[in-house]
Amino acid sequence: MQVSRHWRLQQQRYALVGQVCTDCEEKIFPPRGVCPNCAKETDAQFEFSGRGKVYSFSTVYTAPAGFEGSAPYTIGLVQLEEGPLITAQLTDIDNDHVEIGLDVEMVTRKLLQDGDRGVLVYGYKFRPVVPVWELEPEDALFALA
Amino acid sequence: MALPAEMTQPKIMKPARDVGIAGYGAYVPRYRLPAVEVSRVWKEGTGGTPIKEKAVPGLDEDTATMSVEAARNAVTRAQIAPTEIRAVWVGSESHPYAVKPTSTIVAESIGAVPSTMGADWQFACKAGTEAFQASMGLVGSGMAEYAMAIGMDTAQGKPGDALEYTAGAGGAAYLIGPAEESLAVIEGSYSFVTDTPDFWRRANKPYPEHGSRFTGEPAYFKHVVGATEALMDAMGTTPSDYAHAIFHQPNAKFPMRVGKMMGFQANQIETGLLVPMIGNTYAGAALIGLSAVLDVAKPGDLILMTSFGSGAGSDCFQLRITDKIEKRQKLAPTTQQYIKRRTEIDYATYTRFRGKLVMK
Ligand SMILES: [Zn+2]
Repeated sequence: MQVSRHWRLQQQRYALVGQVCTDCEEKIFPPRGVCPNCAKETDAQFEFSGRGKVYSFSTVYTAPAGFEGSAPYTIGLVQLEEGPLITAQLTDIDNDHVEIGLDVEMVTRKLLQDGDRGVLVYGYKFRPVVPVWELEPEDALFALA
Repeated sequence: MALPAEMTQPKIMKPARDVGIAGYGAYVPRYRLPAVEVSRVWKEGTGGTPIKEKAVPGLDEDTATMSVEAARNAVTRAQIAPTEIRAVWVGSESHPYAVKPTSTIVAESIGAVPSTMGADWQFACKAGTEAFQASMGLVGSGMAEYAMAIGMDTAQGKPGDALEYTAGAGGAAYLIGPAEESLAVIEGSYSFVTDTPDFWRRANKPYPEHGSRFTGEPAYFKHVVGATEALMDAMGTTPSDYAHAIFHQPNAKFPMRVGKMMGFQANQIETGLLVPMIGNTYAGAALIGLSAVLDVAKPGDLILMTSFGSGAGSDCFQLRITDKIEKRQKLAPTTQQYIKRRTEIDYATYTRFRGKLVMK
């Protein structure tokens, strides 16, 4: 495994840090130095909110090397609320519950590990937004074992 | 329990500058293993179970990823820039690496690098409250405006062992800051430590060992009572002064019994007693009990928290809720929201998730 390559991508992978065009304000992910909208150069950093929707998805049953332990899992094409479409694994969801338009949020999870001796690689995945329940008084109570 | 005079007249730990909790955040993974599943596999369903169910981390979760989510919730509640955080400290007995800090992964993920301290803390189940106490000192001395203390674990029990019913996953993160910006002011702290061999895990071994019946009286009860009674004595408080009390919770019985021994009522303990629903979260246990209390606490409430770590020791804290709590409670998911996000798994899925299957 190329430890240095993973290390260089850490910031964008851990916290979804991309770029913003200083000219037309297009939000760019992954960072590539050139605005895809107006072709101006930019190096201005932009941290995405992490909120988005599932645009498309596909479930992987035969996983590539390094990911066999997680199969079957679903890869989503996620449209971030700021615009860009990115590809990422979906997590904390049963594969048969994924649907187009599902509201998702970014979480930092383990992507892969290099055997039992190498580095652990962490990065973004997306999961269904943790729903907000109103607190009920009985939430604090339960039958003691 | 009678204690020697020098133990009941301690010097309370309190920094020169008043400090408190500026933000907090919990995390519990999504999966639950019912205790009856462990009983089904190992006891043919006979005998009682110490809790209802425990939280189990997914395949892509560990103490680092769980700490990141709790830490993000704490920063969101505090509404500060993460670059102002001068220490990111993670207490756990399940750090993903034997050598390489969990804290730098967390600090990088929340945007606190590079101008920050990073360190991993270790003291069985009280590693998190130790980091909490050290953060009080760091902020209280003026060395830092904000310090992050996290207690988080993905605990493992030997298959079939009594601990397998309860060894859970979860924890909480606390952003310690100046008292005037805090949702709860920390009024005092006290630690009580002795060398006691009640529970341990040797290097390179996956599962802990325990001194069986030795874990109760000379370990848990002696240290929790020692720390709590000494703190209350020095602060001039009695159990009825506290709206809520949180005691380390390896099972449901110990914290209830220790509370009653000292004169606390069940309704003071219940809000922070999460072990029946998520299991023993080790270094996260007392701290996630506190986060569940903070989710519902009201301005003026007095809160008591006592951790316990095998080996052994207890850290005790007294906190006073301020009027800043109500707005910040709603800024991030509550502890109960994570607990309600629940997907039941069976023992087979559990063994896969926890890496207990031999693949090659
Ligand atoms: Zn542009």
